[in-house]
Amino acid sequence: MAITASGLCKAFGRTRALDGLDLSVRTGEVHGLLGPNGAGKSTALRVLLGLVRADSGAVDVLGADPWRDATALHRRLAYVPGEVTLWPSLTGGEVIDLLGGLRGGVAHDRVAAMVERFELDPTKRCRAYSSGNRRKVALVAALASDAELLVLDEPTAGLDPLMQAVFEQCVREARAAGRTVLLASHVLAEVERLCDRVSIVRSGRVVDSGSLTELRHLTTTSVRARLAAPADGLAALPGVHDLSTDGDQVRFRVDADALGRVLPALGERGVRDLVCQPPTLEELFLSHYGSRS
Amino acid sequence: MTGLAGVGALVRLALRRDRVLLPTWIAVLALVAISSAAATGDLYPTAASVVRAVGAVNDTPAMVALYGRVPDVGSLGALAMLKPLATGALAVAVLAIVLVVRHTRAEEEAGRLELVQAGAVGRFAPLTAALVVVVGANAVLGAVTAVGLGAVGLPVAGSVAVALAWFAVALVFAAVAGVTAQLVTGARAATGLAVALLGAAFGVRAVGDTAAPWLSWASPLAWAQQVRPYAGDRWWVGGLAVLTAAVVSTAAYALVAHRDLGGGLLPDRAGPARAGRDLRSTTGLAWRLHRGPLLAWAAGFAAYGLVVGGVAADVGGMLTSDQARQLFAELGGQGELTDTVLAAMLGILGVVASVYGVQATLRASAEENTGRAALLLSAPVGRVRWAAGHLAAACAGVVVVLVSAGLAAGAVHAVRTGDAGQVGRVVLGAVVQAPAGWVLAGIVLAVYGAAPRLAAAGWGAVVVFVLLGELGPLLGLPGWLSDLSPYAHVPRLPGGEFSAWPVAALAAVAAVAAFGGLLALRGRDLG
Repeated sequence: MAITASGLCKAFGRTRALDGLDLSVRTGEVHGLLGPNGAGKSTALRVLLGLVRADSGAVDVLGADPWRDATALHRRLAYVPGEVTLWPSLTGGEVIDLLGGLRGGVAHDRVAAMVERFELDPTKRCRAYSSGNRRKVALVAALASDAELLVLDEPTAGLDPLMQAVFEQCVREARAAGRTVLLASHVLAEVERLCDRVSIVRSGRVVDSGSLTELRHLTTTSVRARLAAPADGLAALPGVHDLSTDGDQVRFRVDADALGRVLPALGERGVRDLVCQPPTLEELFLSHYGSRS
Repeated sequence: MTGLAGVGALVRLALRRDRVLLPTWIAVLALVAISSAAATGDLYPTAASVVRAVGAVNDTPAMVALYGRVPDVGSLGALAMLKPLATGALAVAVLAIVLVVRHTRAEEEAGRLELVQAGAVGRFAPLTAALVVVVGANAVLGAVTAVGLGAVGLPVAGSVAVALAWFAVALVFAAVAGVTAQLVTGARAATGLAVALLGAAFGVRAVGDTAAPWLSWASPLAWAQQVRPYAGDRWWVGGLAVLTAAVVSTAAYALVAHRDLGGGLLPDRAGPARAGRDLRSTTGLAWRLHRGPLLAWAAGFAAYGLVVGGVAADVGGMLTSDQARQLFAELGGQGELTDTVLAAMLGILGVVASVYGVQATLRASAEENTGRAALLLSAPVGRVRWAAGHLAAACAGVVVVLVSAGLAAGAVHAVRTGDAGQVGRVVLGAVVQAPAGWVLAGIVLAVYGAAPRLAAAGWGAVVVFVLLGELGPLLGLPGWLSDLSPYAHVPRLPGGEFSAWPVAALAAVAAVAAFGGLLALRGRDLG
């Protein structure tokens, strides 16, 4: 395990930012921390980095206690904050070298390659960068390092689609090189494309965690079929929800473990056409947050 | 005019943001003026005692350099307002600069102005709103002060003239800050530039009042004295200030009309694509962040040192009475007259150097607030080492600016007196001021470590300590209270007796405060 956290609580005044958060990230995986604004993602990352101390709970990052051993731990990880602010009078290139130098030096050819892939002008002063370009500076510094753990908070906010594709490619390469990536995001498509496992955060706790396949097992598949016979009785089957009919078309959602019992029932009614769709991450997400709206 | 659309809303926004700063500042300034007036009245009950006191002040070059002359030997009001008028003029100028930059360039640099100006807000609205706030705040300050001074028994016309004198200075420096905020892209640099001009105005007035009265007219800061409250009430000087402010702010508006949002007059040049060897550590970064302001401060201190060294040898000849010489001997102890002046001038520098110490230490707080500290501290950098680096830069910077002033003053003074030994004496007199600055830096770090949101209270500490020294004797405050100020323990050199104990004690207090701050920082969350 690269990261294990259990029962993390953190309150700022009356706000409970973390409320018993459990998280486990395996070594070598890309793990998505998914949740809307204010769910506690950034606070969780700050606790993992030892910038903020949890009120209670246990946390272990790369075998170390991030609060006590922050400096030693930071040698082995790289962080891209959710909001990147840089020193206005330094150039982007200088900041990248500074952050690299603090970690004991980074091979310049790796930096140069990353700068080129992200199409960053390293000679510009940081005050002249747009927020997307400031993020690129932090991304280049993190991705070019040889840190075993990358902690990325909303890494693609402000990046254009081309740069997002470059970023995704870089993350895949990092995983291929055996590095662990923890990525906090609310861009579902990106998480779906990149992450091996996902933890969904809500109000300071992880409400669901696992691979996408595992998460889908716990939820429902949406089914659309055209039937020869009327759909009578289908709605009464255990595990079937939200059934609606439109002429010979029937739509419903079915629990993953009930699908095997529902398919024969469809067969008895003469299936002409059948579409079975696993839930998208968006649906998973909405199912966890549905009660909020 | 559409360029001014939204001024009202921006003024309300500014007042909302400054709801603590403005009332506090106004109350402190008004109270200082009113309490000095009341206390002076009690000290000099007869006309003869007033004349004697004014003569003593005007014959004391160090007093004249600091506060200017009392223009009328028989005026109790002019005597009472000498110090408050001069220190108040400095204070309203600083407030005007801070307010204007805070509501113009600082907002622009933070990117908030972009959001604001995308609304129905005219191009000239932010600058106008800032100027309106300055004018309004000083009008309130003037009204409160004038009423208060009248209430403690000073003539009404003169009391209004005091209000006008401050108002005039505030107006000019608000306009000056309006220009510097357009010239450079950083709020810090804009403030620094305006404060440097204020420092130059102070230097010109100090030299002018001690040696060449005509020169004082070149300093807008001196116009406060030129209004001559309670000694002729020259109202037209206010008109001079209004005219100057109008011309200078026209330049500011012209600059606003000709530049882009976020831009300055000088375009950003491309920089190095790679960091040099020196920028691969936190120490290197600290040097990069502190060196620009430090060099500017050192240059300013050196310039002031040249002026001090240039006038110090002349002051002996300006004494007109034996009485004054006698008073001087009492005040300065065994030292020569010149030494007393040098020591007084270096004492002012000590206070200003501690201002450098405070702002340099506050850099750590700014780094945390902007989020840059989090990025840096996610690298293998201990937070204690990081904060200690900024403290070290601040403390070393205090010494650097003092040495540059001491060297400049000592060298000129040595040339004028033909005594090379003066260099070492003056430099020592400057350097012994450093521990007081360290104490302030230590206090700032302690507050920042324990309660980061209150870090700016370090400025309050400077103001309180200065006021304790200024008003302690006047208001008859108990000695232990005045002794709380670190400035009270600095040896008065050259001329006075050097004792290592108070210097060592100040350094120890600074170390303890800083240590407490670092300890607190280690145990708290990082914002």
